[in-house]
Amino acid sequence: MSQYRRTKKGRVDSRQQISFSFDGKTYQGLKGDTLASALLANGVHLVGRSFKYHRPRGIMAAGSDEANALVAFDRGEARVTPNMRATTLELYDGFKAQSQNNWPSLNFDVTAINDRLSAFFPAGFYNKTFMWPKSFWDKVYEPAIRATAGLGPAPKAADPDKYDANYTHCETLIVGAGPAGIAAARAAAKKGGRVILVDEQGELGGSLLSAPDQKIDGQPAWDWLAESLAELDAAENVTLMPRTTAIGYYHDNFLGLAERLTDHLPEDAAEGPRERLHRVWAQEVILATGAIERPLVFAGNDRPGVMLASAAQTFLNRYGVAVGEKIAVVTGHDSAYKAAFDLSDADIEIAVIVDCRAQVDQKLIAEAEKRGISLRTGHTVTATKGRHRVKSITINKVNGDQVDPAGETLECDALIMSGGWTPSVHLWSHSKGSLQWRDDIAAYVPDKPNENAICVGACNGDFGIGAAMAAGAKAAGGDHTFDVDDTWPWTGAGTLEILPTHRDESRIKAFVDFQNDVTAKDIRLAVREGFKSIEHIKRYTTTGMATDQGKTSNLNGLQIAASALGRPVPQVGLTTFRPPYTPTTYGALAGNNGGAAFDVVRKTSIDGWAEEHGAVFEPVGLWRRARYFPRDGEDMHQAVAREGKATRDSLGIFDASTLGKIEVVGPDAAEFLNRMYTNPWTKLGVGRCRYGLMLGEDGYIMDDGVIGRLADDRFHVTTTTGGAPRVLAHMEDYLQTEWPDLDVWLTSITEQWAVIALNGPNARKLIEPFVEGVDLSSDAFPHMAVRECKVCGIDARLFRVSFSGELGFEINVPAHYGRALWETLYAAGQQYDITPYGTEVMHVLRAEKGFIIVGQDTDGTVTPYDAGMSWAIGKKKKDFVGKRSLARPDIVAEGRKQLVGLMTKNPKTVLEEGAQIVMTPNQSIPMEMVGHVTSSYWSETLGHSIALALVADGHDLKGQTIYVPMPDEMIEAEIVDTIFYDKQGEQLNVF
Amino acid sequence: MMLIECPVCKEKRPELEFRYAGEAHIARPEDPDALSDQEWAKYLFIRSNPRGTHFERWVHAHGCAKFFNAVRDTVTDKFVMTYKCGEARPSPEQIAERQS
Repeated sequence: MSQYRRTKKGRVDSRQQISFSFDGKTYQGLKGDTLASALLANGVHLVGRSFKYHRPRGIMAAGSDEANALVAFDRGEARVTPNMRATTLELYDGFKAQSQNNWPSLNFDVTAINDRLSAFFPAGFYNKTFMWPKSFWDKVYEPAIRATAGLGPAPKAADPDKYDANYTHCETLIVGAGPAGIAAARAAAKKGGRVILVDEQGELGGSLLSAPDQKIDGQPAWDWLAESLAELDAAENVTLMPRTTAIGYYHDNFLGLAERLTDHLPEDAAEGPRERLHRVWAQEVILATGAIERPLVFAGNDRPGVMLASAAQTFLNRYGVAVGEKIAVVTGHDSAYKAAFDLSDADIEIAVIVDCRAQVDQKLIAEAEKRGISLRTGHTVTATKGRHRVKSITINKVNGDQVDPAGETLECDALIMSGGWTPSVHLWSHSKGSLQWRDDIAAYVPDKPNENAICVGACNGDFGIGAAMAAGAKAAGGDHTFDVDDTWPWTGAGTLEILPTHRDESRIKAFVDFQNDVTAKDIRLAVREGFKSIEHIKRYTTTGMATDQGKTSNLNGLQIAASALGRPVPQVGLTTFRPPYTPTTYGALAGNNGGAAFDVVRKTSIDGWAEEHGAVFEPVGLWRRARYFPRDGEDMHQAVAREGKATRDSLGIFDASTLGKIEVVGPDAAEFLNRMYTNPWTKLGVGRCRYGLMLGEDGYIMDDGVIGRLADDRFHVTTTTGGAPRVLAHMEDYLQTEWPDLDVWLTSITEQWAVIALNGPNARKLIEPFVEGVDLSSDAFPHMAVRECKVCGIDARLFRVSFSGELGFEINVPAHYGRALWETLYAAGQQYDITPYGTEVMHVLRAEKGFIIVGQDTDGTVTPYDAGMSWAIGKKKKDFVGKRSLARPDIVAEGRKQLVGLMTKNPKTVLEEGAQIVMTPNQSIPMEMVGHVTSSYWSETLGHSIALALVADGHDLKGQTIYVPMPDEMIEAEIVDTIFYDKQGEQLNVF
Repeated sequence: MMLIECPVCKEKRPELEFRYAGEAHIARPEDPDALSDQEWAKYLFIRSNPRGTHFERWVHAHGCAKFFNAVRDTVTDKFVMTYKCGEARPSPEQIAERQS
């Protein structure tokens, strides 16, 4: 055992030695240690380099408020977790971690030159320095900043761990298993109902774990704790959740609890998910989240060996570790005395207690005297020395406003400090509970709740174990008061914003935010430069914006800003607390929705066939669709040319199952469609189809699709693949809220029908033998006809429609028959060289015919007029959704972008979709842009590239030459009609 | 996550099941053609956007699929009450009573 280990103290097990590695060096720790306590037990204080100045940093806290000691927790290449707090990492045999933010080593860090250059890194350094010239940003500044900024390394491989998530409900949720939380849990358990008690630490007990000499109801605190936890553990209605952080508190008492399940175990013992995110609804929430000790702000307060007084007390009492052999104390709050006395009683030399207050409680003075501790009231610390660990401090007497420049240098190997306590109101504030300022403790405390929540104990500003426990019990409906020998004074505001000094304050580094390297002078500079709002000061200086979210720094920063602004703190306000309370892994947030389960992939019943036949897929909304079917090393271009030609020459087969489908049924179905679509529906005969165009109320094209009338009161409506849910919601909205008098039912049938599209001159010949009861001749079953019939003996809805311009049929069969029918048709179609094609050819063929794709050739600002589709508007209809808007002044105005075709002068040049269009090539930049390309393809059929474009007043510009400027050339093209192929539509009736 | 009472299902269900659908009590004009451009623009685009009590439409998208109306406080985000489409807008007294 090292000289720093106190085997008679602490809850660690001195019989269970643990071997661990830090920065490649092996050390010994004990079971129950954190990485921080084990390093301190080995006399290691230097554990990292700071973010901006690369200053040596040590351990400053003992819990999740740690701002300095961030390490990379190493469980293998794929499991490196950067920026973990050494104070919350539980040690196990074989544990490994590395320090961060140093090169080539922790002891000798080249970038520490930043510290010497700190005059060049003032507040707002990034904003000021990297503003000019603008062109330097992408290539010079940003890469350089990225290379040196940031703390830890990211893992190099995909996360191999599993994460879990669940929903839970309870009557009482208690956050924080300190004395207040445990008292609340015991009362709640007796009251009945489901009780959940969570705590972020591996061991429940909170501050009691650091207070072994406390007595509760006559028992030593640790005995009381063990008994209480055993009682709670045995209670059927209580769930104890250690290693679980309440990360956020949302509306209606809904909280996120991130439970860490395996990180504290050796890798080979870790089974099951690494973390589990519990989403909890609680009837009542009791927050017993405690308080966080504030550092004092003085020159050199960031040196390794300088830490919070309560941390030193915890390391001694809970972990059996002396943080030094000769410890100095500086404080503005009584609680540091108790820490000093505990250390002294464990035979650790207290070099001095420096109290910046002139007056101190007589009892404290007497206790210090009893232990022979030198007490200097009305003093300040003006400097610390020591390269990698504090070696000495300089203290000076304060006379009123004056600091005596004659300082006294005292040797020490640790300096512990207390600037008072900040109630942890984070979760309370997440829940939108209000806060009020309390001058006596110089902190914000909870005021009015917004949810069914109550704060008890230190987080409510009620310090002292007895008071906290009584408040906890009362909050949970209990009336137990506890007999606690809680005689230590808990007073002292610690209102000092910065310890007084005789030195030039612009030349000293007194840190406020340790993690983001923000000093008191940075905050003052921000105020001098004109920042008045605390939110702006925060963003400009980055105070409180590090991964610890300013747990230890917010109030100090606030007080310094308030003083610089010359206003009281409550008038300056407070920055917003936001979830998560502590950094949370993406894995925990993703839960089970990782990898293949990240998002839903919808597949048609024919998808498996496409996969077996080598299809290349593309996502369309949530669907995956076959894009093309390459043969023998074909690229996309070659496959698309072949598939398209085969379809136009003979026969193509296409899986159109993803088409959105809605059945509109009821006596008023036709009237309803009249109102929802621009086209007239009343006179559409049974067995006929019509192309339908749907507008939003603003007059812009929203969706389109073919609608077939199966009976007087029954329509089969198709929508775009991605638009189906939107269209159904839109229809439901009008039906339910505007026209509830209409007798109509809407049913989504997208998933019920598989749709096989057959296009090409041989389409009819292929299907004729399989269709029962329908005369497929053009007279009996013309283009835009629909029948319910049997195909291959399967109930089918047969449409004669075409999105390719060729003779086309779409066969709808119940989805589970889709693949069987596809295979039958594919086999029978071999005589016609039947060719499966994908969405890419579908796009090319429709573009050759000038058919629009909503969302590609329209963008939410295109009217039917703009798209050249006035023919789709029922001229005699009195009203339909969007009709009135078509008469809006801006929609009838000149200069609107209109859909046209483009043919490039060079037939081989295929324009880029999205490319901008100009009227003349020799303009100065920026050119006047008159439109853009919406669709563009190589047309194998025409031996020429084709494109659709939206061009201002394009309908009047047919035959004109336009230009498409690209980085390396100016492309010339002619505005033409949107129909490139078979303008008369003769191919539709090939027999 | 908010819990929202669906007035059709008569159950409090998680926010995830619902979709917001804009301000409530804006009826589509009986005869749009009779409206001036200004009146039509007002119907289409102008919303009250109040600080405090807001009447709004929600749809129980992953439940009964019914649209309904709600009174919500835009400052606290809290639902005061929900009611079926077609029911009258609650009076200030009814809202105050629910809020107390």
